Parts: sequence; C-alpha cells; structure tokens
Amino acid sequence: MTAGKELIVDRISKSFRGLQALSDVSLRVAPGEIVGLIGPNGAGKTTLFNIVSGFIPPDTGEIELGGQSLLGKKPHQICKMGMARTFQIVKPFGNLTVLENVAVGGFNRTIHPAGAEQASWSTLEFVGLSPKALTPARTLTTPDRKRLELARALATGPELLLLDEVMAGLNPTEKDEVIGLVKKIRERGTSVLIIEHAMRVIMGLCERIYVLDYGRLIAEGDPAAISHDPKVIEAYLGKEYAAAACQ
Amino acid sequence: MSAGADKKRYLGRSLGPRAWMCVLSGVVVLHFLPWFWPSVIHTMIMIFLFAIMGQGWNVLSGYAGQFSFGHSLFFGMGAYTSSLLYIKGGLTPWLGLPVAMALSALVGVFVGFLSFRYELKGPFFALIMLAFAEIFHIIAMGWEWVGGARGILIPLQGDVWTLMQFTSKRPFYFLSLWLTVGSLYLVWKMEGTRMGLYFQAAREDQDAAEALGVNSFRYRQIAMAISAAMTAAGGTVYAQYLLYIDPDTTFGVLNSVEIMLRPIIGGPGTVLGPLLGSLVLTPLSEVTRIALQAYSGAYLMFYGAILVAVIIFLPDGLMGLVQGAANRLRGRKS
Repeated sequence: MTAGKELIVDRISKSFRGLQALSDVSLRVAPGEIVGLIGPNGAGKTTLFNIVSGFIPPDTGEIELGGQSLLGKKPHQICKMGMARTFQIVKPFGNLTVLENVAVGGFNRTIHPAGAEQASWSTLEFVGLSPKALTPARTLTTPDRKRLELARALATGPELLLLDEVMAGLNPTEKDEVIGLVKKIRERGTSVLIIEHAMRVIMGLCERIYVLDYGRLIAEGDPAAISHDPKVIEAYLGKEYAAAACQ
Repeated sequence: MSAGADKKRYLGRSLGPRAWMCVLSGVVVLHFLPWFWPSVIHTMIMIFLFAIMGQGWNVLSGYAGQFSFGHSLFFGMGAYTSSLLYIKGGLTPWLGLPVAMALSALVGVFVGFLSFRYELKGPFFALIMLAFAEIFHIIAMGWEWVGGARGILIPLQGDVWTLMQFTSKRPFYFLSLWLTVGSLYLVWKMEGTRMGLYFQAAREDQDAAEALGVNSFRYRQIAMAISAAMTAAGGTVYAQYLLYIDPDTTFGVLNSVEIMLRPIIGGPGTVLGPLLGSLVLTPLSEVTRIALQAYSGAYLMFYGAILVAVIIFLPDGLMGLVQGAANRLRGRKS
C-alpha cells in the first residue's frame, strides 16, 4: 500500500535525576518491517517509547520519522504525522462505548462522523471486537482491552505502529490471534516496533531485534543471532548461563 | 456481514428517535402551558434559564471533564455586559446578548489558557474558576461605574420588544423555552462530532487521547468558550427578565452552586441531564425558599442533603435512572 515512513532514532539519552534510563540508544525501523525491542524489566523500553511518541523529551539525540524531526513535537502532532502507539497499562475511555473509543482514533484522518464511524467499524471487525462495539469500554475483559488498545491505534491510520506489550496477560490462543493481527497489519503496509516479553512471540514475528539492558543497546540482529548472543543471555539469566551457553 | 454496508449510525446517537419524540411532544405541550396554567410561568422561566446555564456548565464539566466551581463568572458576565451596554450605550440587549456571549468566551479562554497550559484538573481547576468568579464579584462590588454593591436597575420602558422588555412574562417564557431547545439541540449535535468525542476522550484519559491525535489543550479551550457563551446567554436573559442585578446574585458563589447542581443531579455529560435536573431542582428550591423564609439560607441545607443522596444513590444522575428504566422496559418487550 503506502510507501511508509522510516523511523530513525539517533543516539538518544535520557536520565531521571541522575538515574541514566537510556544512554546513546540508536535504532531504525524501515518501512514494512516488524522490529522487536526486548530487554529485562527496567531496561528502558517503555521510556524509549515515551520519548519516541513525544510524551517525554530526550536529553540528547535526534528522532526522525520519514525525514522529519520529532523533537519538540507533541504526542497529538506525532500521531498526525503517522505514528500511533499503545500503552502497556491499557487506557480505555471507560465511559465511552467501544465504538466511540475507536472513533477517537478514526477521527484522526477525517472530520466527518460518517467516515470515522465506518473506519472504526472495519477496524473493530479486523481485531474481532465488533460484537462488543456498543458496550461501554469499562465492561471489557483484559484481553478485549488489549484488543481495543490495538484497534484505537490502528484506527488513526498509522504508517508506524508502536506496540507496548500488547500480548501480556493473554493466553497462548489469544497470543496467536494477536500475532496473526500484527502480521496482517504489516501486510497492509504499516511498519511495527514491538516491545514484548514473550520470546516465542518475538522470535516468530520480528525480522530484527534490538536488546536493551540498563538503558544501553547490547545487541541487534535477527532472532537466531539474538538468541545465541552471550551478552543477551547474560542480561537475562546471569553470567554462569552465558558461559554455559557458549561452551 | 460487512460493517461498511451497515447504514445505521451509532456515533452521537445517545438519544434514540423515541426519546426525541418525547422531548418534541413535551416542547409542543409547553407552548400551551401559559394559557392553561399561568401561575407556573415564573417557575418555568427559571427552570429554562437554569437549564441553559446548566447546559453550559455541562459542556465544560460534564463532557470535557473540567469541573468548574465558578460558572457564576459567566452568568455575571452575561448579565452585566448586556445591562451596561444598554444603560451606558443604549445598545439593545438583543445585540448585547451576542456581545456578552463573545466577551464571556474571551474571559473563559483567558482563564483556560492559564489553567489548561499547566493541565490543572479536578479541585485545582475548580478553585481557579472560583477565584476568578470572586475576583469579578469584588470588582463589581467596588466599582461604582458598574453600580457597585447596589447593582444595576434596568429602567422599564414598557412593552418595547426591540429592547427585550415586556410587561408580560409570556414572551420571556417563549424566549427561554426556545433558548433551551436550541441549547439541547446544539449539545446533542455536538455529541456525534469529532469535537464532542474529543472532549470526552480528553476527559476520560488525557494521555491516551493525546496519543490518538487529540490536542487536549485546544479542545478544552473550545469547550470553555462554548460553555462560557451558553451560560452568558442565560445571564443576559435573566437580567432582562428581572430588570435588576447586583454583584451577589450574579457573581456570587451561591450562583455557581445553583448552576452546577442541576446538571450534576440530572446527569453530567448527558444531553438531557441539565434540563431534567432543573425540572426537579428549580421548583424544589423555589418552594423550600418560601417555606423556610424565616431561616435565611436554610434551603441550602436541602441542597446539601439532595446532593449527598444523589451522589450516593444516583452517581449517573437522574438520567442514569431514566436510562435504567428504559433499558428494563426494552428488555421486557424483547
């Protein structure tokens, strides 16, 4: 479909009162790519998402989407430029219906209610939430809330989608469904940057993976290379395992 | 089962055709009321005026979620602007009305700029509104040119409709009725638009709304402007109806309470909430005020009691009650 926009994150650093959350992190998401971002808890993955989507400013570094700098831009402006994100801790608009939730995203591309509503219905159909379209979002179960989070972001018509642990809390069947959705999203021409803890998901989905540990990139490569990288194993399991794995 | 072929629209359709038939037939019946039951005209006018102003509060606080404790600011702006323009400049209140609405919107946007820039919410925003209403209250008290503490007496010229002056109450009845219908229609229309949905999204979760392309600062300002203008319209008509305004009854804290209590009891964030709340509360306040005349301010205790009861038993207001009843009826039929 669309050519897509390339995301370039160039040497981003961020510290919170002396705690170095990110140091010199660079990454790239090419159009049509699914890229994974993994790392142990507290590695700075979500901080990186918050910086890229405009919620917190970086101390140093540069971020570009399709050649345009994102620095100093507000989250809503970044969304208009074609980047949408989900939140790890889902944030449904509880008192609005599921349809209205998605329509907020749908209105990103049009001001006409009919157009936004139609886009919302097809997005709901796509993620399988249309039977619950008219119920208030606060009544949804956790898996459905995750789906809603995804549907809202998709309805904004993004060229790049940032997914922050959309599969946490889902059972294996549900995970497979979402994996299928993400693949379809990419087929439609949207590139994806995904944070995920479940290795099976990451390995099956991503072409390239970046590994963060204590705010630094410690590895980058395809899933096979990453899973054998001693530095990655060390970050996750400790030194003894890394040594054992290399023998 | 293609969803695109589904012609039925759901966005902004919180009131079904049946609810609208009820409202419309109610409006038609209300047109005959002054002839059948003339003694309630005054109460009805107050019901309508407070429904309009409550609707104004509802846009900012119910829909956009910015709880205002100082809407008397806009009420007073509406009453004072049109009255002063008439007394000092001879401008007819018909033109004073849009001027008052625009000026209130400007003041609202100024207060909004100060508060929304720092994302003031909840009690902090409520207090800012209260503070600004009090500032205007004190200015109106101390400034002799605008009448000072004595207020403004608008001289009655007789039945001059070009000056919004009528010796009978009937024209005011119809004026306020139609303004109420207009405000209902406006807010109902707003619900289905991008603006109305963005208001509510920013209320529910600002971060999520921002991530979905909602400029929450801008939409809060728009809500503020609409809200201020609507409340000011009520204030202008109120001044023309009573022909007397003073700082306490316009900019006073009590007025802020009166304005916000109606949508809260009727159901904040709903189209019909303010009208419903006003239909219940306005007659009640008139009656208790007369019954408890000997104890000045005692009727406020009733307000307090009602408010506590509503918050405990009807968190969604009377609209929640009506909605529940309608759902049960529908459930029984099918």
